[in-house]
Amino acid sequence: MRPVRFNIHPKEATTATAVSMVEAPEGYGGEGFFTAKLSDVVGLARKNSIWPLPFATSCCGIEFMATAAAHYDLARFGAERMAFTPRQCDLLMVMGTIAKKMGPVVKQVYLQMAEPRWVIAVGACASSGGIFDTYSVLQGIDQIVPVDVYVPGCPPRPEAILDGFMKVQELVGLESIRRRNSQQYKALMESYGIE
Amino acid sequence: MSLHNEQIKNKLINKFGDVVANFEEPYGMLTFEAPTEMNLKVLQFLYDDEELKFRFLTDLTAVHYPENEGKELAVVYQLHNLVDNIRIRFKVFTPVAKPDVFTASYLFSAANWMERESFDFYGVNFVGHPNLKRILNVDEMTYFPLRKEFPLEDQSRIDKDDEMFGRG
Repeated sequence: MRPVRFNIHPKEATTATAVSMVEAPEGYGGEGFFTAKLSDVVGLARKNSIWPLPFATSCCGIEFMATAAAHYDLARFGAERMAFTPRQCDLLMVMGTIAKKMGPVVKQVYLQMAEPRWVIAVGACASSGGIFDTYSVLQGIDQIVPVDVYVPGCPPRPEAILDGFMKVQELVGLESIRRRNSQQYKALMESYGIE
Repeated sequence: MSLHNEQIKNKLINKFGDVVANFEEPYGMLTFEAPTEMNLKVLQFLYDDEELKFRFLTDLTAVHYPENEGKELAVVYQLHNLVDNIRIRFKVFTPVAKPDVFTASYLFSAANWMERESFDFYGVNFVGHPNLKRILNVDEMTYFPLRKEFPLEDQSRIDKDDEMFGRG
């Protein structure tokens, strides 16, 4: 017992509401069985176990560190497993200024990721070059890799990064399992010169 | 007795006559010019002389003066005498149309990368440099970005509306 208790009306902890569960997808169920669309089930599994690859080059990376730490806790979204090998990751998070010389590195990292893969551009620099409207800075990573979600801000607060992450989750959850085989997707990849 | 700007100036004038010119002392730092083709002779003299001993190249850079017809590009050497702790600045000028300057890489190894940088940003052609290629910018770059004719903003952008930036 501490000599001074600041909270004179302490609230007793309850675990009943502390554990959150994901809603089951729409479907038809009964005793011992459940039917649903495969894409819903796959989407549910994917969106709650995204493995992010942090590609942090500047101050947005610091905000991301806060996002991943205990206070904002990216792990709540099933994304506690940061990996630093692109081959295991689903989500490339580009945070910070990408110089033109760094461009091929970002592209190489993207190419090494296995499908399905998503990209989030965090902050003004990754999204549009930001204040660095100059000869040496890539004016937005969407010039070299397709981007799914942009997070504005200079740098964005952790809440904004979380919001962007939840937008990615939404995209992942609703994605048709055939999307990556579609003509449109092939055309998108070809527009970036990716096979 | 330690070295003074006046002594350095007199030594240079005794050796090179009126080839070295435009002596100035901004903020107490001796600054002078020489013709482009004399740069190595002057540097070698400053290096070898037993009193001057300017044997440390602090910095080597270039400057673009577009209004200076025929002498648009300046190459600036900043030298340091570590014994007497005195610094001088030495400039040579070269036309932007044919920016040939002899390399100082064989006198100062430090000049190697700094000359590559000056080449990268200003296009100064250092004659005799062992490895004159871009050092900081992407290899595909087709221009010298710090020359004044190139605006600072990236000209390849089409998504920025000039009116919104107050420069319409």
